[in-house]
Amino acid sequence: MKRLIAVLIGCMTVLHTGMALAAGTVRIGALFSVTGPASFLGEPEKNTLEMLVKNINEKGGIKGTKIELIIYDTQGDSTKAKQLVNKLIKNDKVVAIIGPSTTGDTMAIIEDVEKAGIPLISCAAGIKITEPVKKWVFKTPANDHLAAEKIFNYMTSKKQKTVALLTVSDAFGSSGREQLKALAKQKGLTVVADEVYGPKDTDMTPQLTKIKGTKPDAIICWGTNPGPAVVTRNVKQLGIKIPLYQSHGVASKKYIALAGADNAEGVLLPAGKLAVYDKLKPSDPQQKVLKEYDKAYRKAYKMEASTFGGYAYDAFLMIAEAVKKGATTPAQIRTNIEQNKKLVGISGVFTMSPTNHNGLDLSAFEMVRIVKGDWELAR
Amino acid sequence: MQISDQLTQYLFSGFATGAIYALIGLGFAIIYNATGIINFAQGEFVMLGGMFTVSLITTAGLHPGVAVPCAIILTTVVGILFERLAIRPLKSATPLSLVIITIGGSILIRGIAMLVWDKDTHALPGFSGDEPIEIFGATLMPQHLWIFAVTIVVIGMSKLFFSYTISGKAMRACSYNSRAASLIGIDVRRMVLFSFIISSAMGSLAGIIIAPLTMTSYDVGIMIGIKGFCAAIIGGMSSGFGTVLGGLILGVLESMGAGLVSSGYKDAIAFVILLLILFIRPQGLFKKAETERV
Repeated sequence: MKRLIAVLIGCMTVLHTGMALAAGTVRIGALFSVTGPASFLGEPEKNTLEMLVKNINEKGGIKGTKIELIIYDTQGDSTKAKQLVNKLIKNDKVVAIIGPSTTGDTMAIIEDVEKAGIPLISCAAGIKITEPVKKWVFKTPANDHLAAEKIFNYMTSKKQKTVALLTVSDAFGSSGREQLKALAKQKGLTVVADEVYGPKDTDMTPQLTKIKGTKPDAIICWGTNPGPAVVTRNVKQLGIKIPLYQSHGVASKKYIALAGADNAEGVLLPAGKLAVYDKLKPSDPQQKVLKEYDKAYRKAYKMEASTFGGYAYDAFLMIAEAVKKGATTPAQIRTNIEQNKKLVGISGVFTMSPTNHNGLDLSAFEMVRIVKGDWELAR
Repeated sequence: MQISDQLTQYLFSGFATGAIYALIGLGFAIIYNATGIINFAQGEFVMLGGMFTVSLITTAGLHPGVAVPCAIILTTVVGILFERLAIRPLKSATPLSLVIITIGGSILIRGIAMLVWDKDTHALPGFSGDEPIEIFGATLMPQHLWIFAVTIVVIGMSKLFFSYTISGKAMRACSYNSRAASLIGIDVRRMVLFSFIISSAMGSLAGIIIAPLTMTSYDVGIMIGIKGFCAAIIGGMSSGFGTVLGGLILGVLESMGAGLVSSGYKDAIAFVILLLILFIRPQGLFKKAETERV
C-alpha cells in the first residue's frame, strides 16, 4: 500500500522532472514522511513546498532560474531515509535537501550529507540536529527548550512556583520532559509530579487525580494531538482549577476543536506566530509573511496552514534567498544559508552563524490563552 | 478523605476504560468461539464504527440518531465482505494462517480508511452533554454511563442469543466441534459468517459509543484492539461475563497502576498481567465457571 503510494509519487516526480529539465534550473531534493505515523508532519510540508515551487516557477523562477523539486516519502522510517538521501545525492544530484520531517530520520542521514557536502535543512525539532553544529546541517523549527522557557518565564511572572508535568511517552514528550525538568531547576521552580501517558491513551484521569493530590500551582502537558485534548477534557471532568499549560505541539485550531471550546477555556500555551498572526501588533516583522502564507495555503489546499508546513516554507526560503544571491553549487548555498541575518520566516526571524545553525530565539513564540475557542495573547 | 477520594476516582476511571475493553474483547471472543480464529481486524471494526458516524454526521449532515444505525450497518457490511473475500475462499486453511490473514486485513482496512478519510483525529459530541457527574467524590462523564449501559445490554443480549436461540446454539456447537456440528446438519460456514456479522456490529457499536470520550482516527483500532484482546484472554475467550470481568480487571489495574505506582508503567502492568495469565492460566481466569455453565 504505502509502497504503491511511494511508487506513484516517484512516477509523478519523474514526470515532473522530465518536463522541467531546461537550462538555468536548480534541483532541490526533499525527504518528508508523507505517509506513516509522522504523516501529520510530512503532508503539510510536502504541500507547502509544492505550492511554493509551483508559484515561483509560474512567475518565471528566481531571477530566471527555475526550481526543480524532487520529493521522496521516508514513511518515518530511518532506513528508508538513508536509502533515499543517497538516491537524491547520487542519482538526482540535488544541490540542497529539505527535510526529513522527524528527528530520527534526520539523525540517520546527517553522516551522508556531511560526507557528500550537500546542505541539509531539516524540518525536525530535535536539539541534537544542530547541537553540536555540523557544517552542512541546518534546521528551521525552534528548539523545544525555547517553548519550555517561554512557559516558565510566564509562570515566574505570575508567581507560580510548583509545577506538575504530564508528558507523552514518545520522542517529542520525552525530550520535552527532560528539558522541562532541567529548566525548572535553573528557574528555581519545583517539579512536584512527573507523570507520563501513552500516545494512544484515551483516559488520563488517573494521572490527573494523582497530580491534583500534589496541589501544584500549574500543570504542564507536553504532547501532540490527540493526547493533550484528552487531558484538557479530563481536567474539566475532574473539576481541576489549577492553570493548565500545553506545549507548542498543539498550537492549532484542531486542538481546540478536539478538546471542545468549553473545556479548553483558559488553557495557556506558547504558540508559533502562525496561529495568532491576526492578533499580532502591526509592527511585528513576521505578520506580512504569515498572512500571505496562510492565505496561499488556504487557497491551494482549502485548509488552514500549519506550523509544520512553515518549517518547509522557511527551509525553502533560505535556499531561494541563496539562489537569488547567485548561489548555484552546494557549497555556495551552504555559505549563503549560514550568513542569513534577520531573515523573516514562518517559524521566526532567523539569524544564522557558524556556531548557530538554527538561528531562532525566544521571540519565535508567543504565550497565548484560549478564550471562547480562539487565541488571545496572554500578558 | 483525600486518599479515599483518589481511590474512588481510580476505581471509576478503571471501570470506565475497562468497560470499553470488555465490549471490544467480546467481539474477539465471539469470532474465536465460532471459528477458532482470533480476528485481529476487530480493532478496525471499532475504528470504522467511529469514523462512519463522524463522517455521516459532519459531511452527510445526518442526525446522530440516524447516523449511528447507518454506521453500524455499514461496518457490518465491511465485516461481511471481509469474511466473504478473505476468510471463506480459503477452504482448508489452518487457524494460524487465518489469523495472519486477519492481520493483513486490518492493515488493508486501516490503509483504505486513511485514504478515504484523512489522518486527523475527529471528535464526536457526547450523547447526553459533557457535564461531569459527581458520585462519591469521584467524577464520571455522562458518556461513561452510556458505555456501562450498552455493555450490560450487549452482554445480556449475547447471553440470551447463545443460550436460547437455534443460531446461537448452533454457533456454540461449531465452536466445540465444527466437524460434528456439520455432521448433524449445521451449516458451519454460515455460522462463521454470522459470527463476523455479530462481532463487526458489536465492534462498531463500541467504536461509536467510545468516540465522544476517546476521539477517533484511522489508526485508533491498533491499541484498542490489543487491549480488547487482553481482556478476552484474561476472560478465557468466553463470550460472556469472563471477558467483561477481564476488561474491568485490566482497566482497574491500569488506572491503579498509573495512580498509585507510576504512570510510566501503566501499559507494562497490563501486559505483564497478560503474560502471567498466559503462562500460569492459559485457559483464562474464569474458565472453570465457563465449563460448568455449559
